Amino acid sequence: MLPLIGILIVVAGFALRLNALLVVTLAGLATGLASGQSFIEVITLFGKAFVESRYIAIVWLALPVIGLAERAGLREHAAAAIGQIRAATAGRVMLVYLALRQATSALGLVSLGGHAQMVRPLVAPMAEAAAEQQHSSAPLSTSARDRIRAMAASADNVGLFFGEDVFVAIGSILLIRGFLEQNGIIVEPLDLARWAIPTALVAFAVHGARLLWFDRALRDTSRADASGDTTERDA
Amino acid sequence: MITLEAVYLLMGAMLSGVTVVSARDTSNPRRWRSTLFWALWALLFLAGSHLPHALSGVIMLVMVATASAGLGQGTRESSTAAARAESVLRLRHRLFAPVLVVPVATYAGSVLLKGLMVNGAPLIPAAQVTQVALGLATVLGLLTALLVIRPTASAPVVEARRLLDSVGWAAVLPQALAALGAVFAAAGVGQAVSTLATTYLPLGSPLAAVTAYGVGMALFTMVMGNAFAAFPVMTAGIGLPLVVQQYGGDVVIVTAIGMLSGFCGTLMTPMAANYNIVPAALLELEDRHAVIKAQIPTALILLVANIALMALFAFRVPVPLMPGR
Repeated sequence: MLPLIGILIVVAGFALRLNALLVVTLAGLATGLASGQSFIEVITLFGKAFVESRYIAIVWLALPVIGLAERAGLREHAAAAIGQIRAATAGRVMLVYLALRQATSALGLVSLGGHAQMVRPLVAPMAEAAAEQQHSSAPLSTSARDRIRAMAASADNVGLFFGEDVFVAIGSILLIRGFLEQNGIIVEPLDLARWAIPTALVAFAVHGARLLWFDRALRDTSRADASGDTTERDA
Repeated sequence: MITLEAVYLLMGAMLSGVTVVSARDTSNPRRWRSTLFWALWALLFLAGSHLPHALSGVIMLVMVATASAGLGQGTRESSTAAARAESVLRLRHRLFAPVLVVPVATYAGSVLLKGLMVNGAPLIPAAQVTQVALGLATVLGLLTALLVIRPTASAPVVEARRLLDSVGWAAVLPQALAALGAVFAAAGVGQAVSTLATTYLPLGSPLAAVTAYGVGMALFTMVMGNAFAAFPVMTAGIGLPLVVQQYGGDVVIVTAIGMLSGFCGTLMTPMAANYNIVPAALLELEDRHAVIKAQIPTALILLVANIALMALFAFRVPVPLMPGR
């Protein structure tokens, strides 16, 4: 059970809100040492794994593009474009994005989205602008703005996770198939993908409904703000 | 042959630029810490494949120590609201082009480049096509941005630095978590968790077994930050031996929905940093856990739905969801 010390460190570290990078590193060092490796061996293993995981970070290569577009006013323009649509609300904007994200992911187009690529430059500013327009163009409070942004990020995640599994050639389906094959069970990827559909529908219904309810919550918050009652906002 | 190594050099070049801009920014109260942090990361991209792993490990530790001490952020604005308004009037919808080029070109690239042969060898190794396509797409996006916006020569790096500084050390977190996953795997953490789960969870009925499998997938995914790491462990521990073999559950339905139960866990854990923590940093939210909080209700409802779906459809006779009295 000694290897589980790393898990304890992770849970405690996140609960205490320590620097996550530090927590993860300490958990790795402790786990390695607890499993009987020397300090040098643990550092070597960690270094090797860190270097081999560099591929995860290459999404940051999009930053110069996003930054240039922002400097040229992309966020302001995206907000103005949404401002011309009277029916737009924050919840509806994010609902449309959820639908697009989930549908394209189900077709295997998982790269047509993402937090750096779509949410920060387009979806979040659009949702914020729709909310401002709806609440008589008053600037949003910081907490309302943060809640909109967090919901926009959640729409991307939910759409991706519960869309991609409907596509037969996605990593998770291939992993299930490969794992079962090792255990002597042959299954068709298409059958696995088909059984991702019920959950996908529930996910869209649940998160879509929450996005629409979110509009109401925002409206109540802004009323509370207007009447000088800030207890709701800090809750 | 274009390999991931070329994309790493590109990333190293960008980070080197970020390092130089950081070093020259006197408006950042902790500019040397920030400079050191980005410089070491740049070094790992440029030379990581050739450095001894122990040295890479030490470099990583120095990065972590620097980040724990606290990185700074420049306060100088790179553009004014008036300049942005003027540029919007000039460029209008053309502004969308560079940003949209990146995802579209990534997709087109990953389809078109797959299986492309040059002199009898694949142009890009099959396993790396998506990442290389993303790298090429960002270059294409940058070229589009340069053509459309016509910024000053230093602007791409200055802007990359602005965004990277606002994300801070969280930019490195997904990579560190992947490394932690490798350390966990080498130390046998999965086996230990599986032993714990099968020893202490109540598994006496099909519904209990299905619930234990679904909840176990979600919890272990939260710990590992990744449903892919949890799936083999929980399925070998509970899914296959109990739900499928002992109670006769349909293997396709059980494993497909088991994986999706793991995804519910992904929505609720800071360990899935690139989905939950990085966006909070990227969107400049005060609460680093705000995205997770926004997702918890959906995740819990979906987890219950997944367990219900398994119980209803995986067995020839549906398992009663409410035990009779």
